[in-house]
Amino acid sequence: VISAGVAGLGRAKSDGPLKLAVPRGALFAETLDILDGAGVDTSELRGDSRSLIFETEGVTLVTMRPSDVPTYVEAGAADVGITGKDVLLEQSDRRVYELLDLGFGHCRMVLAGRRGDESLGESQRRLGMMRIATKYPRIAERHFEATGRQIEVIEVKGSVELAPLIGLGDGIVDLVATGRTLEENDLEVREEILECTARFVANRVAHKLRAAEVDELTAKLREAVAG
Amino acid sequence: MIHPIPPGTRDVLPDEMRELRRLNRALIEVFEDRGYGEVATPAIEYDQVLARGDARASEGAYRFFDERGDLLALRSDMTVPIARLVASRFADAEPPLRLCYLASAHRAVRPQRGQMREFVQAGVELIGAPAPQGTAEVVEVLEAALKAAGLDRAVIGLGDADLYRQLLTELGIEGAARDSVLERLEMHDLVGLEAELSEIAGIGAEQVATCVALSQLRGGKEVLGQARGLGGVAVERATARLQETYDELERRGVADRVQIDLGLLRDRGYYSGAIVEVYDPALGHVLGGGGRYDGLLKRFGVDLPAAGFALYLERVHVAQMEESRRGRES
Repeated sequence: VISAGVAGLGRAKSDGPLKLAVPRGALFAETLDILDGAGVDTSELRGDSRSLIFETEGVTLVTMRPSDVPTYVEAGAADVGITGKDVLLEQSDRRVYELLDLGFGHCRMVLAGRRGDESLGESQRRLGMMRIATKYPRIAERHFEATGRQIEVIEVKGSVELAPLIGLGDGIVDLVATGRTLEENDLEVREEILECTARFVANRVAHKLRAAEVDELTAKLREAVAG
Repeated sequence: MIHPIPPGTRDVLPDEMRELRRLNRALIEVFEDRGYGEVATPAIEYDQVLARGDARASEGAYRFFDERGDLLALRSDMTVPIARLVASRFADAEPPLRLCYLASAHRAVRPQRGQMREFVQAGVELIGAPAPQGTAEVVEVLEAALKAAGLDRAVIGLGDADLYRQLLTELGIEGAARDSVLERLEMHDLVGLEAELSEIAGIGAEQVATCVALSQLRGGKEVLGQARGLGGVAVERATARLQETYDELERRGVADRVQIDLGLLRDRGYYSGAIVEVYDPALGHVLGGGGRYDGLLKRFGVDLPAAGFALYLERVHVAQMEESRRGRES
């Protein structure tokens, strides 16, 4: 790891500590663990505080939904952040720098259909297109476009497993960690689309103007990942 | 009654206009003082002519047919129209030519991203002055423009557009893999870059690490030494070019503002050699950029080296406001 200095940048005064966007939800616990490993004090976040912003020594932690992380980081409201690769791919037009694969939060984006049900294949054959319910319309569209098939994307916000069970769509594109939810809803994986883990991202301008701090945190996280 | 205007466009009302006008005047004055004459070109040009300059950038342009069935396009920057203008009007003039502009340009937007369909750029083009002197002059003008705008904390990133093109050639990476690696570098997707490079036959772990490490080198002139330590002919050449430019900037007394950045890549297709980007700590977005485009004028039939920059006027204005707000708070 090369930690570049910032000589010649005397003018680029930092405005307070680095702001780090922390994802609530499925990645939350492991994010706190890796931050602990990188020497960031996360004890306050572990309590049942309803606060959204936590000042720690050297870094301000801002908690939010994982899908909001690219928005805050792109705008520079947060300097750096942690979120899933699935979120980054779904919002690939958000320009953030992807600096590090944090390794945790492993899951797969898959195409799933009802067990033993042939409606995916039948729609494809007889209608020339499949109806796919998903929370990830862009990833789904890109996958089927890249494999030369047409789909009608049905975007849903909640439990996507419900859709094919009651006839909204022939199948789903969704994120699967253990596969238990699919199994319990009588669904099965038909295709693997891609694998996702948590990533450390940075705002473009922060990456330039706060190079030393960003590089130091990246290096510490890298060490924490290595274990 | 409300009559809508397209998203990404806006009306400017007197309070804002007054401030923008003041900023415009300050910038044009800086350019004129340094011998850059202001020019204007039509907002609408033949698509074929603009595409000659940068086929890739013209993808995002607005196009339409005129009454004769000719394909027209709204300009998406001023560099290409000025290259066209220089070739048509100043082909026999004694170089160097110094031109500046304050002009609107148009680009297609992605919905709901707060992007501007119509924006104003203020910039200069220095035609016929090669690196490193020409580059240093342009950076010097940019520095003066930032000072005139009151952005004392703004930083100019200085990189080299040919570094990775030459490095990939040196490593024997061609074709689709090359495009894909360059795209990762431009997006600054280090995880993807590492994965992509590792899959290419004949590229060892050490070369992957070199590429990734290079893209993270940014800072004062010590990074040139660090880069040289990573080895290779392409790196040696790029650092030599950067060193020359930086020495010249030091001589002109503007190096303090400059951050050397070996990870810098810009998305317009015509850049060669030095490239610059402008940042202000008060704003999460890039304020502007530019660099050398020594091959661009040749596409219009005049073989002259050139360099320039453009500032996004609205963003500079936002940065001014944020800086003054910050000044009041502290």
